[in-house]
Amino acid sequence: MLKFILRRILIMIPQLIILSVLIFALAKAMPGDALTGQLASSPKMDAQTLHELKQKLGMLDPPYVQYFRWLKGLLHGDMGMSIIHQTPVTQLLAGRMENTILLSAAVLILSYLIAIPLGIVSGRWTDSWADKMVVGYNYITFATPLFIFALLMLFIFGFVLGWFPTSGSVDIRVENGTFSYFMSKVNHLILPAFSGAIISTTVTIQYLRTEIIDTKIKDFVKTARAKGVSESNVYTRHILRNSFLPIAAFLGYDIVSLIGGSVFLESIYGYPGIGQLFITSIAQRDFSVVTALVMISGLATLVGTLLSDIILSAVDPRIRIE
Amino acid sequence: MGNQPLLQLKNLRTSFRIQDDYFAAVDDVSLTVNENEVVAIVGESGCGKSALALSIMGLHQEGRTKLEGNVNFNGRNLLSLSTGEMNKVRGKDIGMIFQDPLTALNPLMTCGKQIEESMTYHTSFTGGEKKERALELLKSVGIPNPGRTYKQYPHELSGGMRQRVVIAVAIACNPSIVIADEPTTALDVTIQAQIMDLLKELQKKNETGIILITHDLGVVAEMADRVAVMYAGEIVELADVHTLFENPLHPYTRSLLNSIPSTTDEKERLHVIQGVVPSLKNLPRKGCRFKNRIEWMDDHEHEENPVLREVEPDHFVRCTCYKNFHFPEEK
Ligand SMILES: Nc1ncnc2c1ncn2[C@@H]1O[C@H](COP(=O)(O)OP(=O)(O)OP(=O)(O)O)[C@@H](O)[C@H]1O
Ligand code: SF4
Ligand SMILES: [Mg+2]
Repeated sequence: MLKFILRRILIMIPQLIILSVLIFALAKAMPGDALTGQLASSPKMDAQTLHELKQKLGMLDPPYVQYFRWLKGLLHGDMGMSIIHQTPVTQLLAGRMENTILLSAAVLILSYLIAIPLGIVSGRWTDSWADKMVVGYNYITFATPLFIFALLMLFIFGFVLGWFPTSGSVDIRVENGTFSYFMSKVNHLILPAFSGAIISTTVTIQYLRTEIIDTKIKDFVKTARAKGVSESNVYTRHILRNSFLPIAAFLGYDIVSLIGGSVFLESIYGYPGIGQLFITSIAQRDFSVVTALVMISGLATLVGTLLSDIILSAVDPRIRIE
Repeated sequence: MGNQPLLQLKNLRTSFRIQDDYFAAVDDVSLTVNENEVVAIVGESGCGKSALALSIMGLHQEGRTKLEGNVNFNGRNLLSLSTGEMNKVRGKDIGMIFQDPLTALNPLMTCGKQIEESMTYHTSFTGGEKKERALELLKSVGIPNPGRTYKQYPHELSGGMRQRVVIAVAIACNPSIVIADEPTTALDVTIQAQIMDLLKELQKKNETGIILITHDLGVVAEMADRVAVMYAGEIVELADVHTLFENPLHPYTRSLLNSIPSTTDEKERLHVIQGVVPSLKNLPRKGCRFKNRIEWMDDHEHEENPVLREVEPDHFVRCTCYKNFHFPEEK
């Protein structure tokens, strides 16, 4: 097991190197750069100073020199400077990363809290009115795009009813570390987390429902009943444990895709996380930020895949990773 | 060794809902299993053998199945018990061995835990006692290394070994009756004989009554005390094993006996009735269900609606005109 994890981590290294080359090339291939954009708007900037500035920042060096400089920085935990924000990228990311992880975790947990009971009820009592309601709910959440739903929630609960704040991740007037700071964080989290969670329940419910329906007619369930196992334990010990396998397997991927999926949520709710930063940085051609973020999400994908494999081998004895 | 009846089926009828109608897959079956007796149920695929077994265990899907008649066991009609009451009988008084050992065990549970599970419900054993009993059972079903298998998951075992574990699960609480639904069909021929020997040995040792469902008349000859031949949901012939093999009367039984591969006589092999059991919906519900498979019988030689009749002591046949019946070549 340990050997397997170690090997997988080693394999990640060439994968990450290839990824870094690709990202760097793509970023360079994007038209425009951060400084040129400022040329028109800033009166102090003429072509001469721009050229000097570019020279000073190393933007005119040959691409491979730039690449290795960037890579060397990465290895030292230095992701470069954001030209737009005039701060180191690492510093820029720190607080936002925390927000995004918080939001993603909240979405994930809420989504499972809603989806698992609904999936169980509808799989266990197929064709009951409860099942029909869950299936109906699933149709609706499946057909509704996240950004429309999030906008609707924002409009109703944020603007019309005014129950929740409409942007930000915390009230700037409260002091960091106090209880009211914590409550303010939670308060800012509720609306985006619920919007994301409700839309992402669809897949879990659908999987769980189908999986339970398939499992409950399996032979080993008959064997369990033939042993006199009580109906509730037939479900908890036999049917559900088997039905949870695919969901457990997806957990690793889920974590990663949520971090990526928070782009919409953060943009709509003005929630200062990395998703929102990503969008604005692309618009402003802030390459060092964009490349850093893509690199991080690439790493997260690899880690998520590994995590999924580890989880699966932990819950399913048939899968042995050596 | 008593002749006390253990389990009595009386006019058992099991019907499945197909679209909006119910169709009987087991029809008016009456059968007694005595203590320490092996009753074999034979018949082609689709004639309702598994449906019968699951009816006794109460394992049919509720809402889609209708059960009528009586399944008397220990002075109670099992069909009238609630699920909770039935759970006290299943696994404790009646054990069941399923056909396919590859699917009959929970893939996520160790063999040991699966054997122990029924003890949790039917005994007051402590964890240690359960484990001790599980190891003892694994040994008694011929597992070479019980300590190891106890901790193994089903996928780590071969089909034959898994079927041994399935048997251990079924007999864990010393049931007085075991229903074995084609316990060897899914196994290699060489393993089949071993498993049958094991069943026979355990049956002798524990004096259990067994309902043995099988296609294999060789197995019947070796294991059974009495035989019920089923066709299209009905018992068509019922007799002790010697009578059945010496003096089969129903055309279907005769055909089955002729189809044993070991019959070397070419002429004999020809006396096999062609065709298959009709599906539930297309089953002729009036008259003799077997009639359309023996077209060479003249209609006037028939009586309608044959009932299961005792033609000699303890030999029952559902055919009114078996005396007139001949295979074409015999005429
Ligand atoms: N749950 C069900 N719903 C509808 N029809 C069923 C159901 N279970 C069995 N049947 C039908 O009932 C008939 C008897 O099936 P059963 O499984 O008892 O046959 P069998 O004698 O055990 O055959 P085999 O030797 O293939 O196991 C078949 O026609 C089958 O299609
Ligand atoms: S009653 Fe007639 S048709 Fe039916 S099994 Fe006997 S001989 Fe054949
Ligand atoms: Mg069957």
